Amino acid sequence: MTSGTLLQQILDHANRPDPYPLYAALRETPVSRQDGVYVVSTYWEILGLLHDPRLSSDTRNRTPGAGGPLTADEEEDPNLPVSFLRLDPPEHDRLRRLTTRAFGPPVCPRRVHDMRGELSRMVAGLIDGFEGRDEVDIVEDLAYPFPVMVICKLLGVPHQDEPRFHAWSEAIVSGLDPSGGPGTSEDSGRPAGPATSDGPATSRGPVTVDGPAASDGPAERRRGAQQARRELGMYLAELIEEHRRTPGDDVLSALVTDRGPEGRLSPVDLVVTAVLLLIAGHETTVNLIANGTLTLLRNPGTLRRLRDDPRLAIPLVEELLRFEPPVQLLPQRTALADLDVAGTTIPKGAPVWLMLASGNRDPRRFTDPDRFDPDRRDNRHLGFGSGVHYCFGAPLARLEAQLALAGIARRLTGPRLVTDPPPYRRNPVLRGPRHLRVAFDGLAP
Amino acid sequence: MAVDGSSAEFRRHGRAVVVGASLAGLRAAETLRERGFAGSLTVIGDEPYEPYDRPPLSKQVLLGRVPADGTALPRRRALDAHWRLGVAATGLDLAGKRVRLADGEEVGFDRLLIATGTRARPWIREEEAGLDGVFVLRTVDDAARLARRLDAGPRRVLVVGAGFTGSEVASACRERGLEVTVAERGPAPLVGALGGVVGEVAAELHRRHGVDLRCCITVTALGGDAAGRLRRAHLSDGTALDVDVAVIALGALRNTEWLAGSGLAAGPRGIACDAGCRAFDIHGIVTDDIFVAGDVARSPHPLFGYQFLSLEHWGNAVAQAEVAAHNMTSAGPDRRPHLWVPTFWSAQFGVNIKSVGVPTMGTELAVTQGSLTERRFVAAYGCQGRVIAAVAFDQARWLDFYQRLIESAAPFPPDFPTVDRRPGGLRTVPADFPDPALPSHGPTVTLSGYSPSEQRITFTPARA
Ligand SMILES: Cc1cc2nc3c(=O)[nH]c(=O)nc-3n(C[C@H](O)[C@H](O)[C@H](O)COP(=O)(O)OP(=O)(O)OC[C@H]3O[C@@H](n4cnc5c(N)ncnc54)[C@H](O)[C@@H]3O)c2cc1C
Repeated sequence: MTSGTLLQQILDHANRPDPYPLYAALRETPVSRQDGVYVVSTYWEILGLLHDPRLSSDTRNRTPGAGGPLTADEEEDPNLPVSFLRLDPPEHDRLRRLTTRAFGPPVCPRRVHDMRGELSRMVAGLIDGFEGRDEVDIVEDLAYPFPVMVICKLLGVPHQDEPRFHAWSEAIVSGLDPSGGPGTSEDSGRPAGPATSDGPATSRGPVTVDGPAASDGPAERRRGAQQARRELGMYLAELIEEHRRTPGDDVLSALVTDRGPEGRLSPVDLVVTAVLLLIAGHETTVNLIANGTLTLLRNPGTLRRLRDDPRLAIPLVEELLRFEPPVQLLPQRTALADLDVAGTTIPKGAPVWLMLASGNRDPRRFTDPDRFDPDRRDNRHLGFGSGVHYCFGAPLARLEAQLALAGIARRLTGPRLVTDPPPYRRNPVLRGPRHLRVAFDGLAP
Repeated sequence: MAVDGSSAEFRRHGRAVVVGASLAGLRAAETLRERGFAGSLTVIGDEPYEPYDRPPLSKQVLLGRVPADGTALPRRRALDAHWRLGVAATGLDLAGKRVRLADGEEVGFDRLLIATGTRARPWIREEEAGLDGVFVLRTVDDAARLARRLDAGPRRVLVVGAGFTGSEVASACRERGLEVTVAERGPAPLVGALGGVVGEVAAELHRRHGVDLRCCITVTALGGDAAGRLRRAHLSDGTALDVDVAVIALGALRNTEWLAGSGLAAGPRGIACDAGCRAFDIHGIVTDDIFVAGDVARSPHPLFGYQFLSLEHWGNAVAQAEVAAHNMTSAGPDRRPHLWVPTFWSAQFGVNIKSVGVPTMGTELAVTQGSLTERRFVAAYGCQGRVIAAVAFDQARWLDFYQRLIESAAPFPPDFPTVDRRPGGLRTVPADFPDPALPSHGPTVTLSGYSPSEQRITFTPARA
């Protein structure tokens, strides 16, 4: 076990396979100050803060230097515009509203729903590809390629460009990784075992490592991330221009040709939003599906039930979002006023981290919280956050995970884990297996 | 077999009867079973339908998106109940513990829940109300008839009364492209529920969506042709309008007539009950085996000065029904108070309006987030220096926070910065409710009675 504050231990890659005992220790103090950060770990306190208008998502409201090393240079390049994820109302609301027009109700209520058939075919096709093998890497062979195909189709991004934006995406996501401060050794973050030398089966470079910046320190990672953001932005700007000239039935075309009463996203906002959707659309669902497969293989009874009744996928994915949420924590909030939370005063300007995964295991809210129970009632988990920043892509993520997990349960005969725990990705915020090797006896049609 | 006071006995083989087979009645019945009630359960309802949901009737159903018979309430569990649908309860024998039914039958009970709700207040003159083209909106049948008539494309719809239901009807008509006139006695829509400041925003919503909104005006008469079809409406300013549909949205009447002479404290303002949902008898003494929930109930709320509130809100019906069922199956010390903080929502003109607390008690108002002119905001209501309510237009996700301010009697005006604070936003203005002494038809909350006790309570919301 590593030493250092609880927070440092949670960030330490060595603890990635099972951070939950650390979260339990964290919950003994619902709000604690660690490394300059106010860490909130209990359900009701997190939920309250997610609905508290005195908490900002805009890091420009931070008192400079307040956060110590973990957040020292987290602030973005001031020359780069930020996405609505990092803005407060009213700007956040306006951008999100304009984006929603192309994605969901009331303007496009059927966009996600109508993709159902196509999504099922994608899952079927990817699983067909397992034919003739007795082992697959669920991350590489399904959990990653599936959401990428979906988000490309949805946004109108050519799937053959995947290798290009994948590298940018990796670099951007590793920039969201706050770990690597004092006391956290970069190298201890490398998983032991076969993960880094998986041989020819994993020819796709970027998936096998955590991106080119993985071994760098936090400052280099952030610089790399900004560079990647710029390059991905330029790529998408070109693409958007093509869609403007020849619009298709996709979200980018809808956004660039929108004629709503509020006008449309400015060219810059459109690019920033496209970057956000592309990355969020494929860096979180991969973890949801991989975490889900892992959890199912650890709970064979549930796996059998899902095989016999695919409708179980609906409550099962909700429980998964509680039990192994793909977004573990929200490290970007800032107090706009002195906030009294559970007996602690969080001072104005201080950074606040909301530990969603910890709140999801809070025994004051969920009975028997460490049990995976797809029959759980009143399962209002924090897996998608809550409040105005509630996950934009939630309906899509749900559908993808339901279809993928039901597909795995139905078609793989005798599936079993090759390594448990599997090697994990480095990132403590977007947590999930880097590889998930699963052996099986055969494939049902 | 009748059982006496023991709750354990009652749970095992008592007789529970629920009158009113709608939202509160169904949820109470489900909760009874959830709590292990194994005795006989009878649900009596005068409508011939399985319990259904009313909020969609003025929204999706009028828009034709959901058929009128498509709003059945989801069942949370099997009930094993004896359903008596399509037959009204006509009387209550308190001493003999029996409910009389319209078909002459009697049903005995050990514990009774009354959830007979409200009905639409009809147009004042019966012969005019009977004209073909005059509608109210409370039941599926009302909604089906009105939706059919709107399908036929009337030339102009008149909505009488701009409370929540009237405004929603006007909104649905405009969305269908129909010409609409709204006549409102007060100075703006929703003033009775939300006051004049927010009412002005609602008025602007009507106008922007092409409603011919006429305030400070009443409809004095409806006129028909020889065939009994509605043709004209006469207004108090002396003008007349050609209309072929009129929707009367003048609020609701409580369904308590069947209890006349029963000895319960039931009247036009509802049935008075304590915070544990037990009905008062006519002497003001609380009964122990008669419970009340939903729109028909009127109960004191500790957070709001122990005033008797009757809340015609969906969420209140559910919460109160659950508490009533809990208390029907519990012994004294295990009984729970109904401490629900009122919340209400409405969807109209593309805007989601939601309130928490009791706005009508507010004397002052401050816009804490967003802006009235953009019609996206949160406004807090203050009463005697504390936050008593808040309303949000398209900003509902913040209201949990305001609910906690209300629960903790936080000072008004709020003294902290928030996201989306606009210049001058915290300026406090009078909330501008109409003088309660003037006749009004539509506040969603009516206040009456008052306990001299100023005692404060520590309020903790029911969590999980
Ligand atoms: C058009 C419309 C839109 C609404 N929109 C909203 C909204 O957006 N948000 C919100 O919070 N609330 C809304 N409401 C209010 C909400 O629907 C009510 O608060 C809720 O229905 C109350 O439930 P209840 O069971 O107490 O009463 P009710 O639903 O009124 O049910 C009472 C039942 O008892 C029956 N009954 C009456 N007398 C007898 C008798 N003697 N014997 C047997 N049965 C009897 C009645 O016929 C009825 O079926 C709306 C209501 C309407 C009508």
